[in-house]
Amino acid sequence: MCGIVGLFLKDKSLEPQLGTLLSEMLVTMTDRGPDSAGIAIYGADQNNLAKLTIQSPDPETDFAGLTDELRAAGISNASILPKSTHAVITVAADQIDATRKALGELRPNVRVMGTGSVMEIYKEVGLPKDVLERFKISDMSGTHGIGHTRMATESAVTTLGAHPFSTGLDQCLVHNGSLSNHNNLRRELSHQGIHMETENDSEVAAAYLTGEMDKGKNLGEALTSALDDLDGFFTFVVGTKSGFGVVRDPIACKPAVMAETDAYVAFGSEYRALVNLPGIEDARVWEPEPATVYFWEH
Amino acid sequence: MPVFDLATTELRALNASLHALDKNGENAEFEVINPRGAHAVAVGIDAPVDVHIKGSVGYYCAGMNETANITVHGHAGPGVAENMMSGKVVIKGDASQYAGATAHGGLLVIEGNASSRCGISMKGIDIVVKGNIGHMSAFMAQSGNLVVLGDAGDALGDSLYEARLFVRGKVKSLGADCIKKDMRPEHIELLGKLLSDAGITDVKPEEFTRYGSARQLYNFNIDNADAY
Repeated sequence: MCGIVGLFLKDKSLEPQLGTLLSEMLVTMTDRGPDSAGIAIYGADQNNLAKLTIQSPDPETDFAGLTDELRAAGISNASILPKSTHAVITVAADQIDATRKALGELRPNVRVMGTGSVMEIYKEVGLPKDVLERFKISDMSGTHGIGHTRMATESAVTTLGAHPFSTGLDQCLVHNGSLSNHNNLRRELSHQGIHMETENDSEVAAAYLTGEMDKGKNLGEALTSALDDLDGFFTFVVGTKSGFGVVRDPIACKPAVMAETDAYVAFGSEYRALVNLPGIEDARVWEPEPATVYFWEH
Repeated sequence: MPVFDLATTELRALNASLHALDKNGENAEFEVINPRGAHAVAVGIDAPVDVHIKGSVGYYCAGMNETANITVHGHAGPGVAENMMSGKVVIKGDASQYAGATAHGGLLVIEGNASSRCGISMKGIDIVVKGNIGHMSAFMAQSGNLVVLGDAGDALGDSLYEARLFVRGKVKSLGADCIKKDMRPEHIELLGKLLSDAGITDVKPEEFTRYGSARQLYNFNIDNADAY
């Protein structure tokens, strides 16, 4: 099954509540997948700074002294904010690649969950309620975010196999479904130089969209290409720095409900996920059409 | 009239009360408030009762219904009135996929749109949709009537057996073995009755096109014996 949720705010006054609203939506979807949960939040842009969300199986050891060691390795402005098994490293915008390389040498067990100027990603094995609490997601503000609770099918129940997947700056994807041509696509994308961490089918979808957007397509155009090139079942919700997109495969077995008001666009695997949103009674509620791309941009 | 507030009452309490009704008793009346997209609301009823659900429901609302009249004042999730036997279910909003699937009887009225696979494998139910229906509707439908005032999506009536499909708008494409058929007087009469049962007075049966099975797909043909 899997449960997915997404919230794209149009009304800035709701931004302080993004984490709370998204958390409630995801917890409601717990029945759809108890294996792992994750969330991506798009926060405020900090001029000329970038963030790397990292994860470690042994955070106490790995995060200790990391700021100083990164600075000594030439990442002069690095600062690190640990949150349970994850940490957000803030660096100068042009030092993402250098930081990634330094991390690989200094802390080989640390995994980079996502990078970008505004996006942070948190995901772990466990129930949504526990995962969200662990990372204090309710306290986070932001412009948009997506979340996922997983019932694993195509790869193991691990932190790395949890969604959202991020394969490009400020890009992330959550998936309900299963792809059938992901092994071929993974090989093709690897040849194009796109890095993937796992054997997971959904990560391939994220990498595919990254590859298409690298060619100059916007999110809407990349999602349209996905309808031709991805084989299998999917409902995707995708975030970029300023955008939010939804697409379903032509058979559209995997459920999806959307709601839009003047204040937000919301997505849920089921209507239950949306019932606590402000003004939902008067929202336009609809089921996204099969093989149809929906996207919004700030 | 008993009122069940699903924000404060367990769904099971509602369904247990509905199941406890006497199937030979007087007609009862129930109201359900704050369904908040809950699954399996008012399923498995087997007694004369009017159930008014004030809000949107999740999966399988009114499933296996027998005798009861159930009205959803909101949208319905996947599988509404699945396997209904008799009675009437009215959805004031839209219905998600496989509305009325495998149902043997009764009347399902969807006042908004129905999405994909509406009436899949229907076995005798009458379904009236005031809006549009999605792709693969009436797939392998065996008997009953599907009436659509709007348009139908791709592959309407694929692998159809003996159900009758009446569409007033456009059909995006017909599925395998589904063909357009003549509207004979008995079909006009039948459709008139279905529209009237669904409370529709401003649409004439003559505005519809009938579709049904070409009866080629599932028949054994002796000339093809070598191929079997």
